[in-house]
Amino acid sequence: MRKSRIEKTLARWAGRRRRPRVIPGFGLTMGITMSYLGLIVLLPLSVLFFKSLGISAQEFLRMVASERTLAAFKLSFGTSIIAASVNTLCGLVVAWVLVRYDFFGKAFLDAVVDLPFALPTAVAGISLATIYSRTGWIGKSLSGVGIQGAYSRLGIVIALIFIGFPFVVRTLQPVLKDLDPQMEEAAACLGATRAQTFFKVLLPVLLPAALTGFALALARGLGEYGSVVFISGNMPMKTEIVPLLIMTKLEEYNYEGAIVIAAVMLIFSFILMLAINLLQAWSRRKMEVR
Amino acid sequence: MLPPPRGLVVGSGGGGLAVHGRKRSLVPFALTCAAILFMGLFLLIPLGAVFSYAFREGVRAFWASVSDKDALSAIRLTFFVVCLTVPLNVLFGICAAWNICKFRFRGKNLLVTLIDLPFTVSPVIAGLIFVLIFNPAGKLGGWLVGRDIRVLFAVPSIVLATAFVTFPFVAREVIPLMQSQGTDDEEAALMLGAGGWKTFTRVTLPNIRWGLLYGVILCTARAVGEFGAVSVVSGHIRGKTVTMPLQVEILYNEYNFTAAFAVASLLSLVSLLTLLAKKVTERNRRIKKASYYGQPKKEERMDYVRDSDYRRQ
Repeated sequence: MRKSRIEKTLARWAGRRRRPRVIPGFGLTMGITMSYLGLIVLLPLSVLFFKSLGISAQEFLRMVASERTLAAFKLSFGTSIIAASVNTLCGLVVAWVLVRYDFFGKAFLDAVVDLPFALPTAVAGISLATIYSRTGWIGKSLSGVGIQGAYSRLGIVIALIFIGFPFVVRTLQPVLKDLDPQMEEAAACLGATRAQTFFKVLLPVLLPAALTGFALALARGLGEYGSVVFISGNMPMKTEIVPLLIMTKLEEYNYEGAIVIAAVMLIFSFILMLAINLLQAWSRRKMEVR
Repeated sequence: MLPPPRGLVVGSGGGGLAVHGRKRSLVPFALTCAAILFMGLFLLIPLGAVFSYAFREGVRAFWASVSDKDALSAIRLTFFVVCLTVPLNVLFGICAAWNICKFRFRGKNLLVTLIDLPFTVSPVIAGLIFVLIFNPAGKLGGWLVGRDIRVLFAVPSIVLATAFVTFPFVAREVIPLMQSQGTDDEEAALMLGAGGWKTFTRVTLPNIRWGLLYGVILCTARAVGEFGAVSVVSGHIRGKTVTMPLQVEILYNEYNFTAAFAVASLLSLVSLLTLLAKKVTERNRRIKKASYYGQPKKEERMDYVRDSDYRRQ
């Protein structure tokens, strides 16, 4: 009985094998893809996974629940959420302007949107830290009204706004381009006020893409290190973000501590990745329905 | 507030419906100003500041900091790392794209998700992984140290960390493009008697060349500028394991601001070239698609999906 099932399976496998592939190179490309993926990404990541399994649950919880770690997580999430929200609002305006209006220098502005992707994070970090420090171009006027730009939580938010800016614009632009202005015209003709047109006609269409952009910016902000480390001041409990805490633990050769925090971070970023995938599917469905 | 339909019709110019005899709304103007102000404040001023601080003490000081011994060795190391990781990623990207776009097999979606994985991992964690593998207290690390092979705090780990972080770039650019082109061209070439390699170099490669080039550009930009992951594994040994971004960090932490910004301005130049190249390849990709399909509207849509798809860079 069992043997025959195996035989059946084998026959099915063989049948599939025999179906001719017209295009050559399946084995070769599959081999290269899998071995490079395994060697560079999967194997190293699994090491982190197994090392974190080696730590007892009690120990794990104790380290995560330590005051300094919790403060870092709170700070990282707080600043990332604020920055992503600012980016969502401002990104909506920028995307709208870039899609709907014509003005001098639009192509240039559109190209500059990608600057945070292209500029190395360390460069962004030292530049922002210098500008927003007490003697810098913008920091000078900020300190005039009693606001400390660099070396504070505000500084972290500023760096994260810089880093996350392109995500919202680039996810909203295609949706806006696809949006027919006639929809808004129809709404206006039917007597809708500006606010009604925005909230009842535009917002439902833009919401999935805006949320996707928000989630992407948030995910990027949570993991960001290079730009924040220069502007934050790095005071434990006050301006110490999670990636920096991992770095500190590593420098103290406290590998277990670093593994624990990294594992928690990874779980959060996987959840976010799942959310982003679902949001993108939702967004695509919405585009197709229209 | 977003502009109302009225202002938008007037402002859009090409909107089709001109609202005759109505006063132009101020909303488009205000929104445009807000957008320019925001981008100026958060993007252009930081960029300008890099160059301004780099040349604050004159061209001579700039040149002295750029041609400094440590700076030169940092430039050389960065160049070396790029020369290793980018070709590897190109090879991988093309193979993965060929594999995913030309064949049907089980687990394809999983493979695509796995390729994206490095985007979701914080750079610091990427570095941490390699520290865990190669630290002398570990098994593999101890074995390597016993044989006098230095990986951690040496060039190999920098290459590995950079390869990890830049892993998805080429594949992510090439896969959607190749997917959109289907397999008809290749099948035709094969039926006309071309071999597999000839089909690839004569048919597939020309079709994907702009996407591939763009992927290479993005990958290079990231490989040059990677900071977090490299910072964890490099050990900051001057003249040996310091890449350009790390050199910027070291100089900045020594309060040697002019030199830091001088090296940073070189990196900024690379990123500006990236933006320029992006614009150029984008235009070429569009032309190619339009002539190929003759349906620009549909193809434009493809392009957007691609654009919104590039995630963490």
